[in-house]
Amino acid sequence: MRERAKYVIIGNSIAAVAAIEGIRSKDKDGAITVIGEERYPAYGRPLISYYLLGATDRAHMNYRPADFYEKNGVALKTGVRAEKIDPAKKTVSLSDGGGVAYEKLLIATGSRPFEPPMEGIASVKERFRFMTMDDALALEKALSPEKRVLIVGAGLIGLKCLEGILHRVKSVAVVDLAGRILPSILDETGAGIVQRRLEEKGAEFYLSDSVTRFNGNTAHLKSGREIEFNILVTAVGVRPNIELVKEAGGKVARWICADECGRTSVPDVYAAGDCAESFDIASGTERVLALLPNANFQGRCAGINMAGGRAELKNAVAFNAIGFFGTHVFTAGAYDGECYTERSGNTYKALFFKDDRLKGFILIDLPERAGIYTMLLRESIPLSSVNFGELKHSPGWNALPSEMRRARFSREV
Amino acid sequence: MKRIYVNEQWCLGCHLCEYECAYANSGIADMVRALKGKKIYPRVHVEDCGEIHFAVNCRHCNEAVCAESCISGALSKGEDGIVRIDGNKCVGCLTCVLVCPYGAVMPSPDGHAAMKCALCTDNFAGEPNCVKHCPNGAIVYETRANGL
Repeated sequence: MRERAKYVIIGNSIAAVAAIEGIRSKDKDGAITVIGEERYPAYGRPLISYYLLGATDRAHMNYRPADFYEKNGVALKTGVRAEKIDPAKKTVSLSDGGGVAYEKLLIATGSRPFEPPMEGIASVKERFRFMTMDDALALEKALSPEKRVLIVGAGLIGLKCLEGILHRVKSVAVVDLAGRILPSILDETGAGIVQRRLEEKGAEFYLSDSVTRFNGNTAHLKSGREIEFNILVTAVGVRPNIELVKEAGGKVARWICADECGRTSVPDVYAAGDCAESFDIASGTERVLALLPNANFQGRCAGINMAGGRAELKNAVAFNAIGFFGTHVFTAGAYDGECYTERSGNTYKALFFKDDRLKGFILIDLPERAGIYTMLLRESIPLSSVNFGELKHSPGWNALPSEMRRARFSREV
Repeated sequence: MKRIYVNEQWCLGCHLCEYECAYANSGIADMVRALKGKKIYPRVHVEDCGEIHFAVNCRHCNEAVCAESCISGALSKGEDGIVRIDGNKCVGCLTCVLVCPYGAVMPSPDGHAAMKCALCTDNFAGEPNCVKHCPNGAIVYETRANGL
């Protein structure tokens, strides 16, 4: 006889934890089973670079206290893969031969590294990815002061990996097809500032370039250059894990299609996190916002709905805080419309606005009260209602409408 | 729960709360040694808006977006309603600073973590020091569910 649980969650990272919290805010008792492929309780995935850097350790990486699952009455199965969903029977088959029946199912399967075919890659002996705890532990074993590292991909994952390992190896080179680093979050100016910071620390960049062929410890680049290395890290991009829903006949694009409540097109099946779409209010499009806070928001929202409550995620937008060797880079939204910039030394501010709304921003080493900009974005506050002339220079509540201030400051929020 | 509120019509804009906050969180019992000649890092911030002044600190939001956004689980809302940072878990990414609508989470001076008001439950003051020392009674510590 199969096991059954009122709520089954496939995946055990941020969206799953937030869903458990969402469910428990409405239903204290319904059985919850979580199926996690990794062998660990949920941990902050972005912490793996901080782990290698020495800024945290294994004991402090768990996303929730040790008694979280027990306290919330969650049966946690780790080291097990969900193989298939049967939406008619409402069951999930597992890689250990078992299965579990559900009333409500959440797909929180995240994403996996995308690895384009690269000629000769099989000849590279020390080859790593940088997504999971196990990836970081495997990479860590290979690190040593005499080794040279090549990272393919100058995005968020590749460069956080760079920061984590630079002090533990002889050198790190980064290759990217794009003409600038962090192309998904920075403009030319911002990317230039961060690149110089990384170069000061010893990183080497090969931009607008790509590896055409690997031959053992040599990477042959399109530009004709050759890079000698010992360790290869590929961080080109990720692909959402959509297969379970796709094979069950659910609607998918490059991601799992889900509405603002987290519902997929399959009855009683929800999706949240890096596998699932959001409606991005900055760009006005459906897309994956593969960022940790959004996974939490989506997971919580789905959990509440699964437990019979009502929640909608109506203000999804990309925002990201990332640091490199003490340089703090804040970005949010879409870089669309008119642009206001301030540049002073190595600080940089770019605010993008259109149709009376803030659409996006970049702040390098200007963290003070940046959340006020994020609020303008997430709450779509009309710029005509605020003193934008003042806010542009310095984010503060003194430039916001007095009614709004009094309403928010005089009561619980 | 009891929270800190500011009656802006009474706030003089004297910024004394900022000094009292920095003192309470300094860990140094002697106020002169704690503050004199030093750059202060208060968790409360007085804003000026012409004739109007008001102090802003953590609102301990019912849905604390800082805690929901925290990448390490260092920020949490306790059963007592207080939003706290576990400094041992915080890696200083500052996502909380990026997302707090009140600008009430800030980088700590050492640069390795974020910091915020925990209603003086995490220091020797024991009760909100900004409230205790506000000369005009503008900052209050009380329960208000739906406002005044």
